[in-house]
Amino acid sequence: MKPAPFEYHAPTSVDEAVRLLGMLEDAKVLAGGQSLVPLLNFRLARPAHVVDINGIPALDRIYERDGGVAVQALVRQSDAQRSELLQKLCPLVPEALKHVAHQVIRNRGTVVGSIAHADPAAELPAVILALQGSVRALGPGGTRDIPAESFFMGVLESALAPDELAVEVWFPAFTGPHGLREESRRHGDYAMAGVVRAGDRLALFGVAPTPVTADPNEPTRDLQPSADLEATPGFRKHLITAMTRELFAA
Amino acid sequence: MRVNGIASPLPEDPRTLLSDHLRHQLRLTGTHVGCEHGVCGCCTVLLDGKPVRSCLLLAVQAADHDVTTIEGLAPDTAALHPIQQAFHEAHALQCGFCTPGFVLAVKGLLDEHPDPTDEQIQEGISGNLCRCTGYANIRKAVRLAAAAR
Repeated sequence: MKPAPFEYHAPTSVDEAVRLLGMLEDAKVLAGGQSLVPLLNFRLARPAHVVDINGIPALDRIYERDGGVAVQALVRQSDAQRSELLQKLCPLVPEALKHVAHQVIRNRGTVVGSIAHADPAAELPAVILALQGSVRALGPGGTRDIPAESFFMGVLESALAPDELAVEVWFPAFTGPHGLREESRRHGDYAMAGVVRAGDRLALFGVAPTPVTADPNEPTRDLQPSADLEATPGFRKHLITAMTRELFAA
Repeated sequence: MRVNGIASPLPEDPRTLLSDHLRHQLRLTGTHVGCEHGVCGCCTVLLDGKPVRSCLLLAVQAADHDVTTIEGLAPDTAALHPIQQAFHEAHALQCGFCTPGFVLAVKGLLDEHPDPTDEQIQEGISGNLCRCTGYANIRKAVRLAAAAR
């Protein structure tokens, strides 16, 4: 299990990274690598170019912006988990991070990378969707903010263009009732199903090609989860109903 | 990259994983490779003092960083590191395949929580698999190592 050959690029500024992404055919951005490198090892991903953004300075800040908190592309999940600013203004984010893989993975994995990777079974995409946050993308034409509602397009597919770099994500401040529940066969695995609450808003993960919002009173309406070795569609729906009830009873 | 305090050249091929580079080029075979996709924890090393999976890192990414492997944990060849000593005393290993990863994960755990609760111990070692299922003695070793600090 070794990655297929690729050309390695290590830009030292976001502008250089965007220039490379615009110039190179079939390039993949490498941040924490905790999702991408397994895909490379399995050769499920075989990009011709890997653009490693870890050498870009001053891209690891967590700061207050527009009534919320922005988390830049090189903020490690373990640092976000410990961030006092996030704990104060967006406590759902550090709470959700406890459920993301394991401490050793979080030491390297990034918040932005996990969202840009758009894994439908991952926690953070559902969190940003529940909170109605956004992703700031930098491309050749400048920056744009993509609302979470229109960011997730399909399995591992986001609204980012091939020549755009997700430079930060933004979570609006929210200290109302919130929480995350998930069920997995083993601790730290991807969840069979999960639910995120932010006030009256509910987001589900692991049960559709993207994270989805749902009505807390009828969370499984129109839901058609897939089957795999771990869970049937019916069991997934049962989990969603039970966990939603738990989350909104609290 | 500096490995166990010694400056070391990077591999030519950027697709070389840090785990493979350590084992094949540097012959530091104490870093074990189990699943190669971040699940088993056997290949855990310290990157600038923090535990990370060496199978999920390209070796070139460790340029200008400090890597500590199990070979570099003890201060010298005469004595074991206190965590290694605790594993020895608590019989926290059977076949030993997972041990280097556990020891380095526990190093990270105790650096962050010098006096960990049972829950923190559980959480701290949950990313490492021991297929001999010797978890009870591993938990004992963590408590022993914490007390020895």
